[in-house]
Amino acid sequence: MAEPLLQIRDLTKTFVTPRGTVRAVDRVSFDIPRGSITGLVGESGSGKTTLGRTLLRLVEPTSGHTIFDGTDLNALDAAGMRRMRRRMQIIFQDPVSSLNPRLTVGAIVAEGLVAHGIGTARERRERVAALLEEVGLSPDHMSRFPHEFSGGQRQRIGIARALALEPDFIVADESVSALDVSIQAQVLNLLLDLRARRDLTMLFIAHDLSVVEYLCDQTVVMYLGRVVEVGPSRDLYTAPAHPYTRALVSAIPVPEPGGAGARTILRGDIPSPLSPPSGCVFRTRCPIAADVCAEDPPVAVRAGPDHIAYCKKIEAAHDLV
Amino acid sequence: MSATAASEPVLEIEGLRVAFRARRSAVTALRDVGVALGAGRTLALVGESGSGKSVTSLSVMGLLPRNGAVEAGRILYRRRDGTRVDLARLDETRFRAIRGREIAMIFQEPMSSLNPLFTVGDQIGEMLLLHTDLDARARRRRVIEMLELVEIPAAASRMNAYPHELSGGMRQRVMIALALVCEPALLIADEPTTALDVTIQAQILDLMRRLQRELRMAILFITHDMGVVAEMADDVAVMYAGAVVEAAPVATLFARPSHPYTRGLLATIPRPGRPRGERLVPIPGSVPALSAMPPGCAFAPRCPIAVEACREPVALAPLEGDHRVACHLAHAHETVAAHG
Ligand SMILES: Nc1ncnc2c1ncn2[C@@H]1O[C@H](COP(=O)(O)OP(=O)(O)O)[C@@H](O)[C@H]1O
Ligand SMILES: Nc1ncnc2c1ncn2[C@@H]1O[C@H](COP(=O)(O)OP(=O)(O)O)[C@@H](O)[C@H]1O
Ligand code: SF4
Ligand SMILES: [Mg+2]
Ligand SMILES: [Mg+2]
Repeated sequence: MAEPLLQIRDLTKTFVTPRGTVRAVDRVSFDIPRGSITGLVGESGSGKTTLGRTLLRLVEPTSGHTIFDGTDLNALDAAGMRRMRRRMQIIFQDPVSSLNPRLTVGAIVAEGLVAHGIGTARERRERVAALLEEVGLSPDHMSRFPHEFSGGQRQRIGIARALALEPDFIVADESVSALDVSIQAQVLNLLLDLRARRDLTMLFIAHDLSVVEYLCDQTVVMYLGRVVEVGPSRDLYTAPAHPYTRALVSAIPVPEPGGAGARTILRGDIPSPLSPPSGCVFRTRCPIAADVCAEDPPVAVRAGPDHIAYCKKIEAAHDLV
Repeated sequence: MSATAASEPVLEIEGLRVAFRARRSAVTALRDVGVALGAGRTLALVGESGSGKSVTSLSVMGLLPRNGAVEAGRILYRRRDGTRVDLARLDETRFRAIRGREIAMIFQEPMSSLNPLFTVGDQIGEMLLLHTDLDARARRRRVIEMLELVEIPAAASRMNAYPHELSGGMRQRVMIALALVCEPALLIADEPTTALDVTIQAQILDLMRRLQRELRMAILFITHDMGVVAEMADDVAVMYAGAVVEAAPVATLFARPSHPYTRGLLATIPRPGRPRGERLVPIPGSVPALSAMPPGCAFAPRCPIAVEACREPVALAPLEGDHRVACHLAHAHETVAAHG
């Protein structure tokens, strides 16, 4: 198998807050294969956004590494990181409202080109026009302001901006979460087209597992800062190995009357990230937790080809197979 | 199903038109909305943002924003004593005897019903003080009962918590307790689980189903999620651009969606298990602005099968049994069949 584009190793990000220390991302390791779309799901507060930013080194990790195309990002100096940065982009949750409202769409999309001193003003205009067309907008939109656009169009603007530097890798943080389904489908199909056309690798952060199953080749599930399961999206959906993933899959409302099967309803809420449970962080809500689960964190267990889960009870299940 | 459909509905909205005044002009947010909700049943209003779901529910509650008004139509509510009142024309004094007591509402954001300055116990107690003649001790007992009903652990101590001390899911439960304390006959739930994570949503939907059975209330359930519709509704009304475009019992709607918008909506949902590589079919374009509504069928500019006739207005009309559709072609089809 070809070397993955990204290898994330024991990545940890801790925030010290007045109320205590939060391990927002805790010893996370997984690979992102070249040309794949990897989905990252988990309930809000599970650490998805922090992971997306930390692995790009937009936020410095507390410890751990991201190896990008063979280079350890965390070993690069500022100049080296700046050169590398062109190859990786992030689309923020609301890509446009976080920017200066007085910038035109053209200026927003061209920002990276300007920052890296790419092209003349005229060449940049041409580039921006082509990018807007590629994401399904019109070059005439260049001189308009972002607030004139709908949610779906804003996502397209964010995508055009991320593509401007022709990156190899894009992190898309909740790019479709706020959109109505009919518009969501437009954006998902655009991402699929771009991946095929530009040979992109993507990390797609979402909380809707059905969307991730549609779009992503591989899915990573997080809970309270930890990865609990990684595997091919289809397998993870049809044969989830971790009890949390199983509950997540079974909680999805099925658009078919009488279609919802027997459901595992999790009791209680996610514990406070300020005082996560010992051992397996999921154990306070886990329907099959046992005493051993409180002892130390579970290690990775193979659940299938390219499929691993972190759960003490899985090994036992696999001995039977 | 036919037995309940035949019995008189708790809520019947007929020809409802609501308009908002803007700075210079006025916009019509609801055009000729008509739906019926039977006792003890759940009617889902489903549609994308801006389709008029919240305006419909606020009209029923008599809580339209100041710049909005009911311009035409009736909102008939059958009271506990069997009399029918038109909520669209009820004066505020009489409305107060109904709102919160017979008809209650829950929202996406629990803090819109909860006061951050009072404990959750005091807020539920206040409702009882307002609407019942229970004494202090009985009220306290009832508060604890309500918190237990919505499955809040350690209710007797949690009643002393302030809203901000509770998790999102817990606040949602408190809001439900507050809405149900007077055992309303009609609960309006406006996207009550949209902001919640999916495992917490499953808990709340489960809770609502149980409470509905126990308290025998009718629910007007507003959502944009077809999965939630399939799970919760007995009947469904699909809204688009301020009008109901299709209405049917839930099984009929999913088995024979007949409006191109409903069909489009169902085709845009990612469904696990579809063949790898099979693409979603998005609905092209976007919802028209209220100020730029097309003259005929509002969906025509995005409709894959629109014809010349679609530039003419179209009203919701029966297709078969309880199934109603507002589409020229759905009915054209029927006419052809009838003549052929
Ligand atoms: N800058 C920060 N300072 C302190 N805590 C933070 C910060 N950013 C995120 N967190 C905390 O880290 C955890 C993970 O947050 P986040 O990555 O935003 O999760 P998600 O994107 O999955 O919702 C949460 O408990 C959040 O409160
Ligand atoms: N106070 C108001 N003034 C003007 N327009 C309003 C007002 N409230 C709602 N609207 C408009 O009415 C339409 C329907 O809104 P709403 O019922 O909130 O939609 P939804 O289906 O998302 O709940 C929207 O176009 C909205 O902009
Ligand atoms: S390790 Fe234990 S608590 Fe954690 S998921 Fe597995 S069984 Fe449940
Ligand atoms: Mg996030
Ligand atoms: Mg609404």
